[in-house]
This record gives sequence, C-alpha cells and structure tokens, in this order.
Amino acid sequence: MVTTLVASRVSPGRVGAVIGRNVGALRSGPSYWIVLLSGFFEPLLYLLSIGVGVGALVGDLTVDGRTMSYASFVAPAMLAVSAMSGALAETTFNFFFKLKYMKTFEAVLATPVRPIEIAVGELVWAIVRGSLYTAIFLVVMVAMGLAEPGWAVAAFPATVLVGLAFGGLGMAVSTLMRGWQDFDLMGTGQFALFLFSGTFSPVQDYPVGVEVLIQITPLYHAVELVRGLCMGVLEWGLLGHAVYLAALAGAGVWFASRRLTRVLCD
Amino acid sequence: MADQPLIYARGLVKRFGEFTAVDGIDLDVAPGEAFGFLGPNGAGKSSTMRMIGCVSTPTTGELRILGMDAVHDGPRIRARLGVCPQLDNLDPDLTVRENLVTYARYFGLSRAESRRRADELLEFVQLGDRAGGKVEPLSGGMKRRLTIARAMVNDPDLVLLDEPTTGLDPQARHLLWERLFRLKQRGTTLVLTTHYMDEAEQLCDRLVVMDGGRIVAEGSPRSLIETYSTAEVVEVRFPGMPEAGPRFAAALEGVGKRVDPLPDRVLVYVDDGDAALAEIHRRGLEPSSVLVRRSTLEDVFLHLTGRTLVD
Repeated sequence: MVTTLVASRVSPGRVGAVIGRNVGALRSGPSYWIVLLSGFFEPLLYLLSIGVGVGALVGDLTVDGRTMSYASFVAPAMLAVSAMSGALAETTFNFFFKLKYMKTFEAVLATPVRPIEIAVGELVWAIVRGSLYTAIFLVVMVAMGLAEPGWAVAAFPATVLVGLAFGGLGMAVSTLMRGWQDFDLMGTGQFALFLFSGTFSPVQDYPVGVEVLIQITPLYHAVELVRGLCMGVLEWGLLGHAVYLAALAGAGVWFASRRLTRVLCD
Repeated sequence: MADQPLIYARGLVKRFGEFTAVDGIDLDVAPGEAFGFLGPNGAGKSSTMRMIGCVSTPTTGELRILGMDAVHDGPRIRARLGVCPQLDNLDPDLTVRENLVTYARYFGLSRAESRRRADELLEFVQLGDRAGGKVEPLSGGMKRRLTIARAMVNDPDLVLLDEPTTGLDPQARHLLWERLFRLKQRGTTLVLTTHYMDEAEQLCDRLVVMDGGRIVAEGSPRSLIETYSTAEVVEVRFPGMPEAGPRFAAALEGVGKRVDPLPDRVLVYVDDGDAALAEIHRRGLEPSSVLVRRSTLEDVFLHLTGRTLVD
C-alpha cells in the first residue's frame, strides 16, 4: 500500500534531478571525490587486520555444522558493513548538512520538487555510493578466495537491499538530529552494531538475552543475508532477513519525507 | 488571464501553535505589477511570502496564485514561480554555473536547455567570468545576483524576493535594483519584502504596510505619503535637548499638522516647509539646526508602525 501511495506522488524526472545535484557536486571539484573514496577503506582494513590477521591466531571456525576459515566468516560481514557505512555516510552527515546548514532542501522545495522526491532521490544516491563500495569489496573477496564468483554476483543485490535499509534509517535519524553532538551518539550506536551483529563472532555464542537483542537490530539481518549468499547457503531464513530490511527501508523513507514536510514546509 | 489577479488572498491566516504570524489579510496583485510588503521584523511578511511561494500551508483563508489553489496545486504553481529567499541558500558544493544548471533540472528542463539558460542568466547578472568557480569566494552582492539568476531559471511569471538587498553595499544595491527594474520592464510580476524605504519607493508600484500580522495601510508610495504624512518635514534641533525637548515640542504645537518629538530632534509635519520655518522664528524660537525635507515613506512607516524597536 505504501508503495502505491509513494509511486502515485513521485515523479521520476524530479527524483532524477535530486540525484543530479550530487552528480553535479562530483563535477564541481575534487572535494566530494575525496569524501567518496575515503569511505571505502575502513571495512577493507578490518578485513585485513582482523579477518586475516586475527584469523591466523583463531584458526578455523565451525558454525551450524559448517567449518570455514575465520577470514571467510568475517569477509561477508565486512561486505554488509561496507554497504551500511556507504549508505549511512551519505544519509546522515551529508543529508543532515544539506538539511540543516546548507539549506539545500529549502532551496529545492521552492521548485516543483516534493519532500518525498527529495527522500527517494537522496536514498537512490546513497545506494549508488554504497554499491560502489560493495562492488569493489566483492572483487577483493573473490581475488582473495573468500567467495565464489557466482555467489559474489548473487550477494550484490543483497548489498543493495542493505544499503536501502540503512539509507532509509539514516535519513529518518538525520531529520531528528539536533546538532553535531547527536552524531557522536549515533557513531557509538553504529560501532556497537559493527562489533556485535555476528560480524566477528557467531551470535549463538552470546547469552540468550543478548542474542535476542542483537536479532532485533538491522545489521544482524544484513550480515546473515549477505553471509548466506556469499557462502551459497540458501535457506528460507534469508527471505525473512530480506523482508526485515525492505520494511526498514520503506519505513525510513516514509518517516523522513514526513519529517521533511514538518520541518521545512511550515 | 489579464483581468484575473496573479495573487488573490482573502482572510489569509497563518498560526504557529499559539502564535498568529499572519492575522487575516486580503491581497490582489495584478500581472506585471511590482508589489511590496513593508513592515518591521515579525510583522508577518516572510510568513506571507512562504504561503505565496506554496511552501507553507495557510492555516485558514483562501489563497489563489496564477489562478490555481495554493494548497492543492503547489507543484504546478511553484513551477511558474521564482523565489529569492532572505538568506542565500546557494549550494556551496557546486560551481556557480552548476548551481543554475542543477536548479533548472528541478523544473524538468532538459540538460541542454538548462545549460543554455544558465549561461544566458550568468551574463544577465554579470557573473559570466565566475561561472566555473565555487560560490564561497563570491561577495555578498554577487551571491545575491546569483540567487536572483537562479530564481529566473524557469522563466517565471512571478518572482518573490524576500529582502533582496539586505546587507549589501550601495553599489551592489543599485546594480540589483537596475536588474530588477529590467525584469519588471519585461513584464515579470515582482513581489518583494523590504524594510528599506528607498527600495520600496524605487521598485514598487504598490505596497502594503504590515504590522502585527495585519495590513495597516495600502497604496502607491506617493499616495501613502499623501495619506499618512504631509508634503514636507521640518527637522529642528535645540540647545539643551533631550531635557528641553518636551518644552520645545509644546512651543511648536500648531506650526504644522503634527509634531513628533524625538530624543535628539523635533519633527514637524507641514505642507510648506519655508512658511513653517518663518512661523518658528516668528514665535521667537531659535533652533541650533534646521532641515527642511520632503516627506518619505519612512515617515509613513514610522507613523504607522511606531518607533518602538521590534526584534
């Protein structure tokens, strides 16, 4: 229902123009390229230091009866993290800056463009950015022998979905941010997700209460979905993770466009 | 279309919670007119502009822009408006030219057409040589001109300017006025807010004075002066002011139509300045300085909205 509601009010041309603004920023000089490229390295560095480095100390791992190297356990998680951080960087820092300080959206809303079109356009752009990271990351994984090429291709759309979910969430959160101090709070939350979402150790190893708590949070579902596909383990559970992420994406966009209307159109 | 007002408002109200920013105003702006909102800070000018710009929704009342309903036809109306906001919101991530091209795309113009318009408008506002540079190093006047160029990018029927020259130096203001005058000559309808009286006299065919969310006066600059002020004003200073002010003000009573004692001088509103001056001397008063000048909109404004500082 939400989809039809959104579709009836969204003009592809105007969404394209919102995306075009970010392409224009890339055309306008090197500063945005630097922002774009720097975001790629963090998950890769974790993969090398912890996945490969710590992995040499840990040895092989057995999860759900399957034995694998520690690096191939960590790599899909870092892939999911890379999709998350690409989308979040765009929809939190950049989005917030455009909303609050540069007044970009205020200028846009004086044109025929509507709040929902801003939200959708910015989300699509966040996915483009996130997908750039994940595509390169998948190539690295295949090159390091951490994923089969066929399954790597299968995992790519899943990373797009992860980007959508975190992009929607990021935008929704951004519309509630009061100032930069809230970004510290968000950074801490993001880091906690990064450490505990089954990224570096299987969630089954935690006490039951903690495990359930983790299973409510989004990165857990992202990691499980992406890991399943990277390892070629197709289970019905993957569908559940996908539904969770899609719902998060939809709710995020809906909430963000409502908040934009409240904040900017009063 | 010709006999239909471009802006038609009846009983327009905007409330923010308990606070009433616009308290039931009526407006009719004709095509091709240059229309001004004058008023102190907090008078409701910007709130009215945001409603006309179809960004903010009226709390109650009827508002039709270009013959369409402001609430239901927002995007269609905005497609034909140009908006120059009070604070520049140019995009610092984009070059000067890219600011215009990107903005044109929001109106659904093709990329080629957007580029053509951008180059043409950069010439119009004399920024052609800055096209490839960033926005940040531009002066205040240049930024303002770029914002106006951006407001023109969709070839609008109606241009809304919220305090277009606030904070600019005299040269920049005059250049901007000249460009706005040329827009007006082309038949573009201009609606602007200002608290510069000279700006209102320069640009506006007709204006309203707002105070406390209401319209307190309406007319052409000349008719407002005729209605709410006198032809001339005599400004006199006396030794011993401000303490002696009230005494001199009382002594000046009857010289003109109205006496307005200020801390540093007394204003006497008169029809004939020289005759008034002769009367002042005849009463044996000896001012330390005298200035006879024509009445301006500023006199009207201060008479209507008072001298109390509003922040």
